[in-house]
Amino acid sequence: MAIFNLTINGKKQQVDVDPATPMLWVLREHLDLVGTKYGCGIAQCGACTIHLGDIAMRSCLLPVSQVGNQPITTIEGLSEKGDHPVQKAWLEQDVAQCGYCQTGQIMNAAALLKQNPNPTDEEIELAMNGNICRCGTYLRIKAAVKSAAKASSH
Amino acid sequence: MSQVKTTINRRSFLKVSALAGGGMMISFSWLAGCTPTPEEVLTMPKEWFELNSYVKIGENGTVTLMSPNPEFGSNVKTSMPMMLAEELDIDWKKVIVEQADFYPERFNRQFTGGSQGIRQGWKPLRTAGATARQMLVNAAAATWNVPANEITTEAGTLHHKASGKKAGYGEMASKAAKLSVPKEVTLKEVKDFKIVGNSKKNVEGLNIVTGKPLFGIDYKQEGMLIAMIVHPPAFGLKLKSVDDAAAKSMPGIKDIFTIKTLPDDYERSAFDTAAFTELVVVVGNTTWEVMNAKKALKVEWEEISDSTMVVNGWGGKETVKIPKGLESTSVHKAKMAEWASKPGKILRKDGDPEAMFKKAAKVLERTYTAPYLAHNTMEPVNSFAHVMADKAEIYGPTQAPEFVRNTLTARLGLPKEKIHIKLARMGGGFGLRAYGHHMVEAAVISQKLNAPVKLVYSREDDMTYGIYRPTYSATYRAALDENNNLLAFHVKAGGIPETPAHANRFPAGAIDHYLAEGWEIESNITIGAFRAPRSNFIAGAEQSFLDELAETMGKDPIEFRLELLNRAKTNPVGKDNDYEPARYAGVLELVREKSKWTEAQSNVHRGVSAYFCHNSYVAEVLDIVIQNNKPVVQKVYAAVDCGVVVNPDAAANMGEGAIVDGIGNALYGELSFENGVPDKNNFDKYRMIRHSEAPKSIEVHFVKNDIDPTGLGEPLFPPIFAAVANALYKATGKRSYTQPYIKDLNMSSFKM
Ligand code: FES
Ligand code: FES
Repeated sequence: MAIFNLTINGKKQQVDVDPATPMLWVLREHLDLVGTKYGCGIAQCGACTIHLGDIAMRSCLLPVSQVGNQPITTIEGLSEKGDHPVQKAWLEQDVAQCGYCQTGQIMNAAALLKQNPNPTDEEIELAMNGNICRCGTYLRIKAAVKSAAKASSH
Repeated sequence: MSQVKTTINRRSFLKVSALAGGGMMISFSWLAGCTPTPEEVLTMPKEWFELNSYVKIGENGTVTLMSPNPEFGSNVKTSMPMMLAEELDIDWKKVIVEQADFYPERFNRQFTGGSQGIRQGWKPLRTAGATARQMLVNAAAATWNVPANEITTEAGTLHHKASGKKAGYGEMASKAAKLSVPKEVTLKEVKDFKIVGNSKKNVEGLNIVTGKPLFGIDYKQEGMLIAMIVHPPAFGLKLKSVDDAAAKSMPGIKDIFTIKTLPDDYERSAFDTAAFTELVVVVGNTTWEVMNAKKALKVEWEEISDSTMVVNGWGGKETVKIPKGLESTSVHKAKMAEWASKPGKILRKDGDPEAMFKKAAKVLERTYTAPYLAHNTMEPVNSFAHVMADKAEIYGPTQAPEFVRNTLTARLGLPKEKIHIKLARMGGGFGLRAYGHHMVEAAVISQKLNAPVKLVYSREDDMTYGIYRPTYSATYRAALDENNNLLAFHVKAGGIPETPAHANRFPAGAIDHYLAEGWEIESNITIGAFRAPRSNFIAGAEQSFLDELAETMGKDPIEFRLELLNRAKTNPVGKDNDYEPARYAGVLELVREKSKWTEAQSNVHRGVSAYFCHNSYVAEVLDIVIQNNKPVVQKVYAAVDCGVVVNPDAAANMGEGAIVDGIGNALYGELSFENGVPDKNNFDKYRMIRHSEAPKSIEVHFVKNDIDPTGLGEPLFPPIFAAVANALYKATGKRSYTQPYIKDLNMSSFKM
């Protein structure tokens, strides 16, 4: 066990955990931020996507000991009221079916748009390819990413 | 207008008990916007008045509607309340939707599966809404001293035209709640619908995009422990011994023990499927610690012996044989192939097919096979349970709470009323969560520990547990005369361990000489319902064969199907044909029109397919283009006849999803076995369709009619397998008979 000081969603947090604990479980079980989901645990499905600084990261393979002082954003901190352009676009397109994969999809899409505010269809597909949706909502996700890009560019 | 008898009895009107009132989540159905304007934020009333199990109205006019069925992504949590709201005649913006707990005394058929939710909820939910409305009308009539039939309602307001009197539902709610239940109510006509048929956003949308704790796996309670199981690594094995010395002393570990979830002589229901009833359990403070301790266990396994069990399934009581042995896919394939040339069990016979095959000038014979599939819901199996001396609280993903409650009652020794099941939103279901083993396991663990427990499966535990889509094979034969007229048709279909044959479906009824046979092979690998069970294979096989048959006969594939359907309509063969040829033809005609099938498309390779299942009709056209020497699904057109569509945009979403899911499973889905061990246990090996592989666009067109709604979650899934195969054939010149098709593609060259 060791103490780690983390900055999560702009707030200082301290946890006392095994240094190898993936951020996924630190968030879900030590900090009660359960919007970050467990899907595979091996960086294959994207359900656990968070932002480390501005970069989208699979939190299931990110040990807490490697975070250092880089700030972390989770879905709970993406916006205060669920009004980030990507979240708004998701509601507008009514993307979700079961909804389980969607927080990971949204976090990945938000990071993509930060790096590339106007992605082409191919760039969206490529960037989002690591996020599985068994319900098959990919088309609506793409439409939502495009409409968020449009909304942000105005 | 239709008069319906209200079946809502007095018992449904008893004051809300603590149990029923304690819905776990409240959703606000404000408009599309994300930050609600002040008008959009619903103010909570000081008091609620319950008009029946489904409807509560506050004195300020806010309405709470209970959504009875478990939600696994088909959006019943929006569409079922829409049906209530329609007949209640309220403003959708004033509605709060609450997920009902499992409470069969209050709610109708709390089961999500078989695409039956909307179909079977259609009358009861509308009746509940209409009944509540009538009680409000009666309350106003008494208050104003005017005849009830002179009162009209609109968007939550009562009017009496002659006197100019007017009141909101909230003002009449307390009085209405004390009135007796009307014996008969009038339901609206489809043409008068204001809410049903008009798309409403998912009531849980904002909670989903902000990551609220909606799912069973998100649940937490004071003092709750985390449990994980270790099940045998192979089918055909059982637990022999455990050495937990190293694991027990690991940080955060509370206990390690074994459990027996069901007694060997337990008479199982169809949803008690479990290959592994004896499990090792590791309990600790956190999932990560428990995962680590699992790795430090030393477990020995031994082979099972032949056994039998009694299953009280759909067809009544059955004794099922469970053979011993470690099974492999290569052996399965060989055994299935033998059936292509052996007679099966006759399921239907019209005319004299044998004689026709004997005199045929040409016989087209093809065999189709498909592998086992894992459900791979994105939320892994989990359940919370807190079993106390005199009651149990269960919260988790389940499609079939009624079934698991029976099992829990038997296993825990508690009466039914003392088992309280709360329905978590499910991170996908697809049939998997009709099986309640996880809830039983969680409850048995909690009872043993005398503590609240959340059981979580790792993805690996989940994918290798069983309850798979079975592996299937079907051999089709068609007898043709020298002029390529169809003389006879023969299907022989089987699987491990069940046959996918639907003997009375199309093309039965359209061909004079018809034979359907089935066969089954026993296995110890467990299977279960998987999005459109049996149809999900047989549709692909049948529709691929019809495509090749049409080509052999020199006919357009849509025209050929329409000719058969016309025969079934005008002069049907046999009498048990379980489809309506006119509606079936209707979707084919609609998809032909929407896809511009008859116009030549350059560089596009098209496949068509159609199917009837879950009471609904679907036809699909799939377009493939070749880009960088790879096939790309450019577009899919679907035509659907499922009667009235309650929530059109959400219905289209589900249709799109079923198409994407089907393309993925057709191209990539496969689970194989080597000595009883599944060859895949996570998404690095199990290939799921991803963003870049989804079609570039999908159009879902609904036939407009006033027919009572039928299934929608499943029907778009089965036909897409053949649409893929038939389009790939156009692109490659080679037919695919074996799923997943990706194996054929790796060896193909493409026509540009
Ligand atoms: S849980 Fe991290 S990528 Fe799947
Ligand atoms: S919405 Fe269900 S997995 Fe994506």
